[in-house]
Amino acid sequence: MKQLDDIQLLEAIERYLAGEMSASEAAQFETIRKQTPEIDQMVVEHDMFLLEMGNYANRKNFSKLSTETFNNLYNAGEWAPIDEQTTKFKVIQLWTKYKKVTAIAATVGGFIALFTSTLVMYFSPSLNGSQVLQLSKAIEVIKKNQQVQGHILNEVKTKLPENAKLLSGGSGFLIDTKGYIITNAHVLKGNGAIVINSLGQELNATIVYADKSVDLALLKIIDSDFNQPKSIPYSIRKKATELGEEIYTLGYPRNDNDIVYGKGYLSAQSGFEGDSNAYQIQISANPGYSGAPIFNNNAEIIGIINTRQKQAEGVAFAIKSSKIFDLIEAAQNEQSNEKAVHIAKSMSTSKSSDRKKQIGEMKNFIFNIRSYN
Amino acid sequence: MTYLSINILKAEYNEIALLKGLANNDSKAVETLYKNHFSTIQHFIENNNGSFDDARDVFQEAMITLYEKVQSESFTLTCQIKTYLFSICKHLWLKRLQQMGKYSTPLSTQEESISVETDIEAFEKKDAAYAIMDRALNSLGEPCKSLLEGYYLNKKGMQELAAEFGYTNSDNAKNQKYKCLMRLKKLFFSQYNIGD
Repeated sequence: MKQLDDIQLLEAIERYLAGEMSASEAAQFETIRKQTPEIDQMVVEHDMFLLEMGNYANRKNFSKLSTETFNNLYNAGEWAPIDEQTTKFKVIQLWTKYKKVTAIAATVGGFIALFTSTLVMYFSPSLNGSQVLQLSKAIEVIKKNQQVQGHILNEVKTKLPENAKLLSGGSGFLIDTKGYIITNAHVLKGNGAIVINSLGQELNATIVYADKSVDLALLKIIDSDFNQPKSIPYSIRKKATELGEEIYTLGYPRNDNDIVYGKGYLSAQSGFEGDSNAYQIQISANPGYSGAPIFNNNAEIIGIINTRQKQAEGVAFAIKSSKIFDLIEAAQNEQSNEKAVHIAKSMSTSKSSDRKKQIGEMKNFIFNIRSYN
Repeated sequence: MTYLSINILKAEYNEIALLKGLANNDSKAVETLYKNHFSTIQHFIENNNGSFDDARDVFQEAMITLYEKVQSESFTLTCQIKTYLFSICKHLWLKRLQQMGKYSTPLSTQEESISVETDIEAFEKKDAAYAIMDRALNSLGEPCKSLLEGYYLNKKGMQELAAEFGYTNSDNAKNQKYKCLMRLKKLFFSQYNIGD
């Protein structure tokens, strides 16, 4: 009986909002509405809902019309791509099929409480916060299924435990075929971590060791789904790198799981305020690039992106790659079972000078990292 | 002189007619807009690090922006359709390039453009709500999704829906629709916040 009343009430609200009531009926309804705050609230809410539903229906129907019109004209030969070969892109993953959802991230002015992750620049007080930005992604995510905007990942079953709260994210890269990954310590704000490869596959990982003073951390993939690669197509440089050397990076600055390529050069041998553990680099670094490897043209990792200078666009800092060796040593001293880490020191298979080919090989070894509690 | 001014008037008249057609989902108007303006955008995007597919997607968004703009009662045409569509596409594309980590690329173009910030904002707000509604509807499952789409998107009556979904009478259909609607609203409002 109760539900029947509710159904009738909703029907009445819909008729009222649609202006389908007679004048006397509407007047009666308005009286009830004034006297009953609950009903008033329902009317307001339903009005809002119908407005959004109307907008939704309009856009959906129009998009369909627009797409059909385009396809008809395209099939009739109205247009063709100018020249399929002129691909001078510097980005690996172009939006072959632009996903509408990405626009959500750009929504202005808090009108919507974002239900998916949001890129937020993270200020670290310990790092002279007003001048330097750490580049991790602060993720405002409540539920485990919603960690990524792209449809791709939502359809994949997540490996996050029930009720896990995502706290932060960034990039990381494999240094040992057994599944050891290097990232920034500040990327890992939670106790647990999952890593996602460029194909969108999620893998469980544990935090083996983290050193906040150098902002580096070692993760290990612990997942039966992990296919151990035979070798790693890059090596890690122990020596310093020359000023002006051309560099590039691969990371996951975006809200979806598309890996992004960025290019730049080494601009100083020291980091922020003369930090000798770091390089200054000229690259457009966005939040999410934290932990991303920096390669030179010989496919050697020379550093790990961690911060960028706030005032100067394009100025970022990277931890020197030699610090990776120090970190491994420290991890091994502390935990005897990590003795087995074999960093890819020597040049391995890829010395190809073809950048596209290099990237094609490397991207499978670079992971999108998410940390949760 | 006279001849020229008549031509201008005619052009304006055509544009207004076209926009009215667009507001009413007239497929002829949509086709004309594609025929007249897509190739400009295609050239612009393909000359600025984009592909044909990028051009298609960006232009589609510009069309939606214009469509939603002409639907509002306060809509006024302050520039040519060509300029408007180009401005939106340019803005969207620049933004996309920046998101892809390609800052400071001065876009090469000779086309005239106007400021379209507010329209883009309006588009994006709607886009966010659209995504929430889409997600909510898609997580409902059947028959809820089709039932509610039939009612709210395709404006079918309860009797028609009852027949279509095999309910013995329209009261049963109403009952079902009510349950589905409650679930949808719950899903929708859990992600959608008013104000603030």
